[in-house]
Amino acid sequence: MTNRYVGSPVKRNEDRALLTGRGLFVDDISLPDMVHAAVLRSPNAHARIVRIDVSRALERDGVVAVITADDLGDFWQTVPLVVPPPPIDGLVFNKRTQVPLAKDKVRHVGEAVALVVAESRYVAEDALNDIGVDYEPLPVAADLEKAAAGDAPRVHDDVAGNVAAQVHQVKGDYGAVVGRAAKVVKRRFVYDHGMAQPMETRGVVAQWDAKAERLSVWATTQAPTSLRNGLADLLGLNPVQVRVIAPFVGGGFGAKLLMYYPEELLVPWAAIKLGCSVKWIEDRGEHFLATTQERGQIHDAEIALAADGEILGIKDVFLHDTGAYNPYGLTVPINSQCQILGPYVVPNYDSAFTAVFTNKPIVAPYRGAGRQHGVFVIERLLDIAARELGIDRTEIRRRNFIPADAFPFGNEIIFQDFAPLTYDSGNYAPILDRLLEMIDYWRFVSEEQPRLRAEGKRVGIGVVCYIEGTGIGPYEGAKVQIQANGRVCVTTGIGTQGQSHYTSFAQIAADHLGVNVEDVDVITGDTDQFYWGAGTFASRGAVVAGNAVNEAAEAVHQKILSVAAEHFGCGEDKLVVEDRQVSVAGDPGNAIGLGDLARKANPMRGAVQPGIEPGLEATRYFGPESGTTASGAHAMIVEVDPETMMVDIKNYVVVHDCGTVINPLVVEGQIHGGVAQGIGNAFFEQLLFDDQGQLLNATLVDYLIPTSLDIPHMTLDHTVTPSATNRMGIKGVGEAGAIPVGPLFAQAVEDALELPSRGVDILEIPLSPNRLWELNQTTRPDH
Amino acid sequence: MIEGLFTVTTSVNGSPYTRVVEPRLLLSDFLRHELGLTGTHVGCEHGVCGACTILFDGLPMRSCLMFAPQAHGHEIVTVEGLVADGDRLHPLQEAFRDAHGLQCGFCTPGILMTMKAFLDEHPSPSEAEIREALSGNLCRCTGYQHIVEAVTLAATRIAGGGRKS
Repeated sequence: MTNRYVGSPVKRNEDRALLTGRGLFVDDISLPDMVHAAVLRSPNAHARIVRIDVSRALERDGVVAVITADDLGDFWQTVPLVVPPPPIDGLVFNKRTQVPLAKDKVRHVGEAVALVVAESRYVAEDALNDIGVDYEPLPVAADLEKAAAGDAPRVHDDVAGNVAAQVHQVKGDYGAVVGRAAKVVKRRFVYDHGMAQPMETRGVVAQWDAKAERLSVWATTQAPTSLRNGLADLLGLNPVQVRVIAPFVGGGFGAKLLMYYPEELLVPWAAIKLGCSVKWIEDRGEHFLATTQERGQIHDAEIALAADGEILGIKDVFLHDTGAYNPYGLTVPINSQCQILGPYVVPNYDSAFTAVFTNKPIVAPYRGAGRQHGVFVIERLLDIAARELGIDRTEIRRRNFIPADAFPFGNEIIFQDFAPLTYDSGNYAPILDRLLEMIDYWRFVSEEQPRLRAEGKRVGIGVVCYIEGTGIGPYEGAKVQIQANGRVCVTTGIGTQGQSHYTSFAQIAADHLGVNVEDVDVITGDTDQFYWGAGTFASRGAVVAGNAVNEAAEAVHQKILSVAAEHFGCGEDKLVVEDRQVSVAGDPGNAIGLGDLARKANPMRGAVQPGIEPGLEATRYFGPESGTTASGAHAMIVEVDPETMMVDIKNYVVVHDCGTVINPLVVEGQIHGGVAQGIGNAFFEQLLFDDQGQLLNATLVDYLIPTSLDIPHMTLDHTVTPSATNRMGIKGVGEAGAIPVGPLFAQAVEDALELPSRGVDILEIPLSPNRLWELNQTTRPDH
Repeated sequence: MIEGLFTVTTSVNGSPYTRVVEPRLLLSDFLRHELGLTGTHVGCEHGVCGACTILFDGLPMRSCLMFAPQAHGHEIVTVEGLVADGDRLHPLQEAFRDAHGLQCGFCTPGILMTMKAFLDEHPSPSEAEIREALSGNLCRCTGYQHIVEAVTLAATRIAGGGRKS
């Protein structure tokens, strides 16, 4: 294998289609017999459905069908749990999953109540207004803390206290060390709801071929294989009768991960029942209420330290808002729980959380998936502790880093992949050193900041560190084939929502097979092309599928050698595989093209020997026992306008370690985009619910996604500590940019406004100019 | 003409089209579903995200905020019309590929059309000017940095006669 492509900033194979308007997205699909669906959604956060009258809707010209829960027969059921709870002693988990259409009761605004199918989307939407639903409003449990109180209205009648889950995990013995701490810092931290908001909303198109008895579904899903399996189960079909295709998907970030969104079930069901193709495309208004959201936790956390800043232990008790249903299990709060340990040695940890049902949309992973909350808690605790102990904020971090020779490092508690949380490799101090050098930390705090402050400028700096658990199992697979035309196909089940799979996987295969990256056609997200897989989530695509591609390409390379050795009648060690052909070393004229060799491996006469598979093809699977831990540090310098409280980010620096880099251009893009979402999360984006569970800012005019004027130029650098869990040494990078920005923003802005001098800490995210104004007006009485 | 319907005759990417449509049909839906030009994407349908931006008589407009009949007698260019000679990428498209200015690619057509009009007016823009011009288009993947670099690269190349630098 050569490293001609892996590690190089290769231009993307997929770009030409996307740049010329030819890339196929779900809403681009048009079928001859296609009708269009629209969903009637609950306007109430909590209500009994007394009566649904669809008669007027059915009378409207162009309406094909109106479907309510009662029409679904046996298909109506609570959907399966996507991710079961991890095996943790004493864990309580009350599974309450959603249904395709609400029957007796609605539990959040936007819950699906009826599906209209009509000749056009316009008519379908007209008919939504024809449906009469009598609701009997019920008391609403909207606020997380109030919902957790004993006397709160019950989201599910049979779940007391709205307890969705309770988990207690312990490492060491916090109680035994807190008494000898020189310093204990205790605070309450609040991290409120935000949303992924990919630029493409969700959509589903389904086609039932009654003669072939096959269902084809095009969906904006991050997990086509899982959706195929689930649809087959629920519809009573054999999985091979169902084809799910996730074509180009316009961003996902977790929001398109949840299987069994009601529309994913209803549209295929309707296509089968009605005998025609059905399309449903979510509009942006629906997206705010019908697509999963995240964040929403309240932590009461304390850290115990020695006088020199050494962490003795951490104790944390938190509430997690899971929304009205919990189909995605405990992934988000377990990630939060694990993330608090960060890149630091925390010998004693005691963490308990309660996941709480509320009358709000479902909470499921959004880029970071609970890690943001955990990073916020530990980094803010360290900031406050450093201040109170008189230690520099960067120094307290450095003193507590897990030493480079301590890997693999076991944290004992159970992670989201059900394995004990173990960091496979890492080297944190050089990351921080490089970061401080790049942002010129010491000069800024000792010279620049005092000078600018003397000029009346409110400037501050922030520095945070983090780890990111990536690349979890169970597995992904890849098939690598050399075609008779000489082109290489890499087929995998893991769909793409912009992560550059068409290029990264092609780079890996091209290096093994002596072809150009443009010679490799990557096929992803079509269950008819590759049967097995889990999905695109948890920063795992490059790690898990990438290594499967690596192993499959390696096997094909071996097969090339054995077939060519027979062809040339020479030893395999005499062969050179490059420039799309195999030649005999020292005799470049004596060569055969890979396409011709592929033909030889798939003969029309003669016999393929027993034990030999035809063709130049191999399929391999890669399943790591546990995830691989990436790491990094971010720093930024801000200036806050004292009148408007707008934050001007003057400098933003990232140093990151994701092990072996396949494509530096792609890695940079992932980090840039993550940081942008992190900045949105920290300062612009907050889902504002009132006490009746109504979302008050459900438009992009009111929910502010950062623009090119809000996101600064970022300067990036990398260190490389190869992963110990896979031969390529890859670690994931998808979520790295996003997870540490909340505490970074809080630290830098707090510093700029000199809030600690007035006894004020920033203990919440998201912030906003209004909220900063309020905080800036505050002085704690003892100051 | 059927009562209540409207005959729209418009030029899109240099080709004439005539369709009979409901007056309420959005221009974005007209382009995508009546003409099959699905390169123009619909992200928000309330004029914020800019994914549906087209050139309307040379000016960037949000096709989700216009009705199809408003296009009657006007000239439209969509992302499909940026490619020259049916194959050759526009320097902007080329630069987006070279600078990794797109990830999922959903917002890209609207950004290309916005930047096309911008570069026509501002052939050698500063980074600040590019960011200002780009600020009406939302991208959730890239953090904008590589887009800004792509537009800078395209401007340089166009100024140099459209050749690759």
